[in-house]
Amino acid sequence: MPDAPGLELIRGEIDRDCPGAVLATSFDRAQAALIVDPERVLEVLRWLAEQPGHRYDFLSSLHAADYLPNQPRFAVHYELINRDRVERIRIKAMLEDGAELPEIDSCVELFPTANAQEREVFDFFGIVFRGHPNLTRILMPEDYVGWPQRRDFPIGGEPVTFTYSEARYD
Amino acid sequence: MEVERRSLREKQISARDMLRGDLEGEDLERYVEERVVTTTFAKVQNWARANSIFPLTFGLACCAIEAPISIVTARYDLARFGAEALRASPRQADLIILSGRVSIKMAPVVRRLYDQMLEPKWVMAMGACSSSAGMFANYAVVQGADKFMPVDIYVPGCPPRPEAVLYGFTKLQRKIMGSPDQSWRRRYDAYGTEEWARGGPRSEPSPEAARAYGEARRSVEALREAGEPSLA
Repeated sequence: MPDAPGLELIRGEIDRDCPGAVLATSFDRAQAALIVDPERVLEVLRWLAEQPGHRYDFLSSLHAADYLPNQPRFAVHYELINRDRVERIRIKAMLEDGAELPEIDSCVELFPTANAQEREVFDFFGIVFRGHPNLTRILMPEDYVGWPQRRDFPIGGEPVTFTYSEARYD
Repeated sequence: MEVERRSLREKQISARDMLRGDLEGEDLERYVEERVVTTTFAKVQNWARANSIFPLTFGLACCAIEAPISIVTARYDLARFGAEALRASPRQADLIILSGRVSIKMAPVVRRLYDQMLEPKWVMAMGACSSSAGMFANYAVVQGADKFMPVDIYVPGCPPRPEAVLYGFTKLQRKIMGSPDQSWRRRYDAYGTEEWARGGPRSEPSPEAARAYGEARRSVEALREAGEPSLA
């Protein structure tokens, strides 16, 4: 994990090669993150994966989060690892919610392991990955309606009243 | 014919004589009368069914560690109740143990397994999850397996101890011996749904099977038209 000055150095180098792609940095609880422009996330990922001296070339996880009620609402997180130095860095791309489903470029060309993970994000959050070879539901049934991990999705199931604890702690 | 009760010692002596071939006439008739029990065929049939259940080798989730894995081991030994032969095909099984939560994606598969089992067949919902979804009140889990298939016995617990599963199993045996009528299953449309395997999934059934299953279907339809409340 790069430390806070190391993260700023990486940001400076990216700014030199792709100006304007990184919007902000965050160093919280010893975890380094770059917040990037969602339209240019592929540029930054490719730079990190291929730049000599950095080589964050392993995608350990790709996932999404729903920050409702904050805006922009969705974020796609990429966790990259440099396997020589065993360093991790996180890339966040924040996506606005609109009438259409939010869209972002697919990174399957760069990291083939992203294939299933992008399908999972699409399955649960309804985030469309442009250029994905087969963007269909992966865990939920094919005919399922809705994006169940969004925060405004009804929790489902049957309501259960725990009368004992309510009488005692109300 | 009224048979006078004799002591065990006298019975043993008469049995020894019978094996030697010395028993004849009135003594032989008396010997036979003493050793015959009369009952109905249905009772014997249910007794035999209850004591030779073939469970399906089938696990859904963490409860599968308790059953069918634990209960067939030497420590708990389901063989004591005549059910040690787990079958790997639903077509050979009598009992399906729903061991764990049923997700909405798995539900059609479980129902298909149930439909493939031949009559008579029984279902045990094992644990809180398959009985009522347990703690999984969410979008992905069916809220109790009895939403889509008939369940004969519910074993509570998370997971149930193997002893609890065995207790449920003996309860099921008593149910089989006591009341073989399963008409409430018609509510689930679970009669005559057996599939057949003659040269592939879309092949035709044998004429005998088609006739038998057709009759089962027609009897259900006739009951439905007659206004059977469980079918409404």
